[in-house]
Amino acid sequence: MSTRTIQGQKNLQDIRQASKDGIGGSPLRPDGNLKVKGEFAYSSDMWHEDMLWGMALRSPHPRANILSVDISEALKLPGVYAVLTHEDIPGSKFYGLEIQDQPALAIDKVRYHGEAIALVAADHPETARRAVKKIKVEYEVLTPIVTEEQCLAPEVHGYVHEPHEFKSHGYGNICHEQKLVSGLGVTDEVRALADVIVSGTYEVGMQDQAFLGPESGLAVPAEDGGIDLYIATQWLHVDRQQMAPVLGLPEEKVRLTLAGVGGAFGGREDLSMQIHASLLAQRTGKPVKIVYARDESFFGHVHRHPARMFYEHGATRDGKLVFADCRIVLDGGAYASASPAVVGNAASLGHGPYVIPNVKMHAIALYSNNPSCGAMRGFGAVQAAFGYESQMDKLAAELGMDPVELRQLNAMSEGDLMPTGQQIDSPAPVAELLQRVKDMPLPPPLDLDDLDVRALPGALSNTSHGEGIVRGVGYSVGIKNVGFSEGFDDYSTARVRLEVIGGEPVAMVHTAMAEVGQGGVTVHAQIARTELGVEQVTIHPANTEVGSAGSTSASRQTYMTGGAVKLAAEAVKYALIDKGRRRYGWTHQDITLAGGKVVSESAGVLVPMVDLLGDEAIDLTREHHHRPTVPFDKETGQGFGHVQYTFCANRAVVDVDVELGLVKVVELTAAQDVGKALNPLSVVGQIQGGCTQALGLAVMEEIIVKDGKVRNASFTDYLIPTILDTPPIPVDILELPDPNAPYGLRGVGEAPTVSATPSIVAAIRQATGIALNRIPVRPEHLTGTL
Amino acid sequence: MEFLRPATWDEALAAKAEYPTALPISGGTDVMVEMNFDVHRPSAILDLNRITELTEWSNDGGVVRLGAAVPYTRIINELSGPLPGLALASHTVGSPQIRNRGGVGGNLGGASPAGDAHPALLAAGRDVFVEACSVRGTRMIAIDDFYVGVKRNSLEQDELIRAVHIPVADGPQQFSKIGTRNAMVIAVCAFGFALHPKNGTVGTGIGSAAPTPRRAVEAEEYLQGVLAERGLWESGDLLGTEVIQRFGELVKAAASPIDDVRGTADYRRHSLAVMARRTLTWTWNDYSKQIRSAA
Ligand SMILES: Cc1cc2nc3c(=O)[nH]c(=O)nc-3n(C[C@H](O)[C@H](O)[C@H](O)COP(=O)(O)OP(=O)(O)OC[C@H]3O[C@@H](n4cnc5c(N)ncnc54)[C@H](O)[C@@H]3O)c2cc1C
Repeated sequence: MSTRTIQGQKNLQDIRQASKDGIGGSPLRPDGNLKVKGEFAYSSDMWHEDMLWGMALRSPHPRANILSVDISEALKLPGVYAVLTHEDIPGSKFYGLEIQDQPALAIDKVRYHGEAIALVAADHPETARRAVKKIKVEYEVLTPIVTEEQCLAPEVHGYVHEPHEFKSHGYGNICHEQKLVSGLGVTDEVRALADVIVSGTYEVGMQDQAFLGPESGLAVPAEDGGIDLYIATQWLHVDRQQMAPVLGLPEEKVRLTLAGVGGAFGGREDLSMQIHASLLAQRTGKPVKIVYARDESFFGHVHRHPARMFYEHGATRDGKLVFADCRIVLDGGAYASASPAVVGNAASLGHGPYVIPNVKMHAIALYSNNPSCGAMRGFGAVQAAFGYESQMDKLAAELGMDPVELRQLNAMSEGDLMPTGQQIDSPAPVAELLQRVKDMPLPPPLDLDDLDVRALPGALSNTSHGEGIVRGVGYSVGIKNVGFSEGFDDYSTARVRLEVIGGEPVAMVHTAMAEVGQGGVTVHAQIARTELGVEQVTIHPANTEVGSAGSTSASRQTYMTGGAVKLAAEAVKYALIDKGRRRYGWTHQDITLAGGKVVSESAGVLVPMVDLLGDEAIDLTREHHHRPTVPFDKETGQGFGHVQYTFCANRAVVDVDVELGLVKVVELTAAQDVGKALNPLSVVGQIQGGCTQALGLAVMEEIIVKDGKVRNASFTDYLIPTILDTPPIPVDILELPDPNAPYGLRGVGEAPTVSATPSIVAAIRQATGIALNRIPVRPEHLTGTL
Repeated sequence: MEFLRPATWDEALAAKAEYPTALPISGGTDVMVEMNFDVHRPSAILDLNRITELTEWSNDGGVVRLGAAVPYTRIINELSGPLPGLALASHTVGSPQIRNRGGVGGNLGGASPAGDAHPALLAAGRDVFVEACSVRGTRMIAIDDFYVGVKRNSLEQDELIRAVHIPVADGPQQFSKIGTRNAMVIAVCAFGFALHPKNGTVGTGIGSAAPTPRRAVEAEEYLQGVLAERGLWESGDLLGTEVIQRFGELVKAAASPIDDVRGTADYRRHSLAVMARRTLTWTWNDYSKQIRSAA
């Protein structure tokens, strides 16, 4: 008996080692090779027999009354099947992520440049394009409300949403507002406690998600009067929830299937063409495809909120923070989108990962006639981090302290309180992350005798052969929440099926999770392998036949839907083991699944899974809810508002051509605590990608809006980093488990996007000695030629 | 839309005469982008890609005759000796894919003030000619007469560009371009510079800082004067910061830039001065070395 047990255990070890593609391994993503070779089917590649092409007419004005819309000429064009305006909408005319303030098609007025007014369906995209041009709209053009000053004086400059039609929780032209006070707040008495006070006003330009796959989808009318929509999105169920009332359909008749997503970064959290294609399909009875051109894409999705922020920090002579005061003004543009959540993040995370005894904060999002802004990687936290980290450098300079030491001195750690009063109840290794990036070896200095121009600012543009180049180093650290906050129950659902196929146990994972490139499908398979001890896992296409998976955003999918897959797989495991107990009368308390077998820690292999399963499939669905949170108090900002916190620290090394104001980021180091790296390769990829997007915001990415008009709706002039702009990004991963999270993991995708931007700006400041209060930093800022 | 695909140069000219509004397409790296953005809907497209002679070049020792469709990649690989300025400019164009397709004929056809070939062509001297052909015959258009307005050149409606004639470099040439990222960027502004020791002239070309690509005439004249008066062509002696500085100021003064999404007018002027000083310094250093090693 004892011999058998030993054999069994040895056996067990071999079995366990066999599953290298379980969690903690780095199996390759199933979509990787296809994407690299150009063979991946994106949503824009879809085709259906008899399909029509949909196209929208968009407003050339940021603010105007629509006096009339004449569609008669467009309708006459051969090949045109339908032309629709808001009058043709069968159901509710408004939709929105949190606040239903956006008309599916403009009603009597337009509130931003690019707002959709009418739709065309035609048998050829060129015909549709011509028909759109034949729609005659008479506008009464109004002066757009675009600056903070204009927005805050609606009696003078007007209302973006008139008081009688106002739907958000704010007032005037304020879409949302959040205040926060902790400790004694910030009063003159509190200020008097500080030996040193630094303040500054900081600005963040409007960044775009700049995904490469334009908005696109295919709506197919179904026999039951419903709509089947194949769509690239971030959250199938919330799309459906917003679409159904507008289409005048019950939710179950609006069925969504995820199509190939070419990047998202928050820009697909709102609807784009979903309702439009479906309305046209409803009207024509034919499948309708819509694909945005690149310029339309820039008008067709929300952007990152531009911000103007005032910060004041006080500290003792030896560097201990005494107080911090902040006012953050985010421009939300014409419609609410995710503005309330962005404000909540800015307010609650806007003082950074620091222990500050006395805090005040006031964050607002404006309604304006600028393009709508909403979700983008790290929202609310990204803008604020540029402010508070700039302040940390300013304070360090004022105190004559090392900027890393100042941060470490004030860094929060487990057990500390956020300014919201929420206790950090899992590891928060802020000081250690900073130490890790500081301790990494620095890249070698420029070798002026052996120059490769590609390594210099300007690169092959051949602007310098070493002249004017100064190196700078900067540090930063940031904080981001994971998952939806403030009382939102963004649960995820997963269905796992286990059965024998071809003599092998095979698991199938079915969720509605939007794979947008983050690698969720890879991780789901890894979880199923680990929990069920199988090698073969198939991933069912994501659709609305299964319950919601929540959004692929807020760094939450591995935590939330990964957690749901774990729960469902565990349920399947227990069901199988129970079956075995019933059949074989096992009494062991240590039964698990490994290597395709049911095994006992003490007794070894009990039975191959195929024998136990036979012809039966075990098919179970589970929901995963994170621990509950509460809304922040409107006045004090207090409350257990966030599910989990995540931290990343960066060190940036830059070379600046100080005469020309050109920047080359030489290296961008990151250290991040990920709790548990379910797929280390993907984790590194996420961190490097997040850092690169942050680099874009630091030195080049901005949608330029003048008087409400977008000036650079193309990749000719909206610049994102190329490979020559992207430095080596060494990544140091810490794995300190969060006891509240599945496998102890921490959401990964956003923290580096929050923290990396300020480190680059700090490095440029060090090289140039220029204050730099605005991002993206332009050559004009560095050469005094603005 | 008509799609015309002439097999020979004569057929192409005939087609252009018959359809004067037909839009020629060579590499298509401008044409296709503009069609996608709905900038134009030409009635006809004239595809020049079957005409292989447009992708050929020849060098008679004094002048390179560069076929209109020789792609930038080949200019870099095959012509950086005789045409160093143009090869450097070609290096800065777009990405490898764009450099594999696009060429100088298309750059001239579009005549964008931001085209990178232009400053290099201007700097290569006043003896650069665009060979423009039609069924009526062939014209040699001097580069100084070629650019006539924003995105407008002096081609007649029935004319096509066959080649560009560029003198073989007889001295160092340089090209610098400002972009707000380190690759694949349309010029905020650009500067081409060349020394022509044989005839004692210098060449300049300013890009993206005026309605058309243009020459910094006063800067050229000032420098030519200094070089001649001080016997610097012969001695190869240092120019001195004052001369370099003054040259930069004159280049800056020659520009008439605007503020736009890519940059401010002030920055364009400022950076032109810097690029002018640097390219002059690099070329002169190279020239001095040549003189000294020859001596
Ligand atoms: C991603 C990208 C990056 C780019 N980057 C740069 C850059 O950095 N610098 C730069 O200068 N340009 C850049 N361009 C623009 C373009 O690549 C260049 O202007 C190129 O030189 C055009 O050459 P082509 O052969 O592709 O021209 P086409 O697109 O074929 O034609 C351009 C114009 O010239 C006309 N034309 C073409 N051939 C002839 C002919 N033989 N006779 C008369 N007219 C003719 C066409 O009718 C058209 O008006 C970029 C383009 C893209 C898409």
